[in-house]
Amino acid sequence: MQELFQLLVSGIATGGIFASLALALVLIYNAMGLVNFAQGEMAMFATFIAYALIQRGMSYWIAFPVTLVLAFAGGILVQRVVIRPVERAPILTLVIITLGLATLVNGLAGFLFGYVPRSFPSPFSAQTVDLLGVFISYRDLGVIAVSGVVLLVLYLLLQRTTVGLTLRAAAFHPEASRLLGVQVSWMLALGWGLASAVGAVSGIMVAPILLLEPNMMQTIIIYAFAAAVLGGIESPLGAVVGGLIVGVTINLAGAYIPHVGGDLQLAVGLAIIILALLLKPNGLFGRAAVRRV
Amino acid sequence: MARSVLERARTAPPRYWLVGLVVIFFLGFPTVISSFLASEWTQALVLAIAIMGLNILVGYSGQLSLGHGALMALGAYTSAIIVHDYQVDYLVTIPIAGLLTGGIGFLFGIPALRLSALYLALATFALAVVTPSLIKRPAGLTGGVQGILVPQPDPPALASSAYSAVTGTAMTSEQWIYYITLFCALVLFWLAWNLVRHRPGRAMRAIRDGEVAAAASGINIAGYKTLAFAISAFYAGVAGSLFGLTIGFVSPDTFPVALSIQLLVGAVIGGLASIPGPLLGAIFAYFLPIESSQWVPSQTWLPDQITSTVKNAGPAVSYGVVLILLMIFAPTGLVGLLTRGYAALNRRLRGAGDRETGHLPPDPQTV
Repeated sequence: MQELFQLLVSGIATGGIFASLALALVLIYNAMGLVNFAQGEMAMFATFIAYALIQRGMSYWIAFPVTLVLAFAGGILVQRVVIRPVERAPILTLVIITLGLATLVNGLAGFLFGYVPRSFPSPFSAQTVDLLGVFISYRDLGVIAVSGVVLLVLYLLLQRTTVGLTLRAAAFHPEASRLLGVQVSWMLALGWGLASAVGAVSGIMVAPILLLEPNMMQTIIIYAFAAAVLGGIESPLGAVVGGLIVGVTINLAGAYIPHVGGDLQLAVGLAIIILALLLKPNGLFGRAAVRRV
Repeated sequence: MARSVLERARTAPPRYWLVGLVVIFFLGFPTVISSFLASEWTQALVLAIAIMGLNILVGYSGQLSLGHGALMALGAYTSAIIVHDYQVDYLVTIPIAGLLTGGIGFLFGIPALRLSALYLALATFALAVVTPSLIKRPAGLTGGVQGILVPQPDPPALASSAYSAVTGTAMTSEQWIYYITLFCALVLFWLAWNLVRHRPGRAMRAIRDGEVAAAASGINIAGYKTLAFAISAFYAGVAGSLFGLTIGFVSPDTFPVALSIQLLVGAVIGGLASIPGPLLGAIFAYFLPIESSQWVPSQTWLPDQITSTVKNAGPAVSYGVVLILLMIFAPTGLVGLLTRGYAALNRRLRGAGDRETGHLPPDPQTV
């Protein structure tokens, strides 16, 4: 029983990481109806920037926000340079572009930082604390806290500020927003910037666990896909809930389902994607897709 | 009779001549290059077959798959396991691998019907990422991490003597595999060409361009979409089987996500929804990373550390840049560029083309 609770808590911690990346996917999906296959690689690149800053002697808690700002700027840059020329292109073109972007960013990271896995510092100690008989590591608690704060800030930004309202309006009804004086294209760029920053959080949180290298996010992005699909790809709340469910599920499956173990956890992620798409294509929190004929 | 053949050859449109030249080139090519280079070109041809399969699915029927590497793995492992466990001649296993993979593709196509293009891309991408770890697990069947060795067949006496009669040297097994692959590629390209010109191809394109309109015209949407999946998977299965034969072994790391990306890159570079596209795309997608990672280390003025990282990162960077630039500036790929260039040349030669609409004056020979 105690083991189960410990697995649950560490599942929630990994789930928070997935939720951040899934939320980044949802932000871009809402802005332009596109799944950004490069989201994970962009997060990995931001994590390398954080690593470089910390190596230069910057303290972790300064490097963290600085990286987020840089990731935000990087996201806007990517949208302006790569996505803007094809904003109105068919979905096939857009997906191929983001895949090209993923390959490019992956190769660039390999080129600039090499393929040797590096250990990434964690500000939280690996010691455990005894909470009502359940041993929980400070690291898990820290990850949960940071993910929670980021999600809360994003929620407040989107729901309680004028910028958030404009952003949602531009995504929801671009034509009407344009008539009301919203610069829709720049709002898309803002969406990419936000997504990039939120994704960077997941990269920085996962790096101490996985070791930092260019292919680090290749598995995490699959879990984030699973989280986004399970929660309903247009629902930010769904991404968070989906992320937590996926995190807990793969942790429990790895421990309790025979033959799954560490290497087939990824297959559990794939199974979640396929089952969710077959049984509940709109996800837990998504609206039913209405098609205009 | 002979006269009518001559007559037909004389009046054939230029592209038939082009096809003939390309076939003769590929038939004669291994006689003038080394056995090792022949093996590299075999891999390019294998890619061409797989990319043709992907092209039928993505280019003609408009369904996006990022997981064709997984289907190639299925074909390769089918052949390797049959050969390894039952000592069957490898050539016999190629159609078996194709048909089995095609069947699986058909089954995969049924749930795929319910998915939008985006979800399909997402699910197939996840499949491609998971494939290597899925292969490792049933180690008794697939040989686990080590994989399975595929013995290279000796060329049969007839082919060998015919080859040495032409070139004066003995045929190596690499060259024999090249000709097997070339034969498969020719047959499959010919089939694809016939497919897209006739009813199924027209139906697929109609579905791609407007599903509702296609359904209103009485096209069986579900039928043709799953058919496209099955045919596409068949091509991938044959390509996978030939891939195992060419490189001499199959292992989980033979089929990484990068392979699926390479296929997509090839399809896009060559030009989606065209028949010569996959061949051109495969040659570029195969040789671009090889050349880009060979050119840099040969530059002695660069420090060692840079050359080694470029060697690792070069393919990914060049693929990424090429994909993005092509999608922005030339979404129709090389074939599109060539067609446009040819049309521009024609206009220049014939003069009085309508500049506004780009319509050419009628070809004097056909009037």
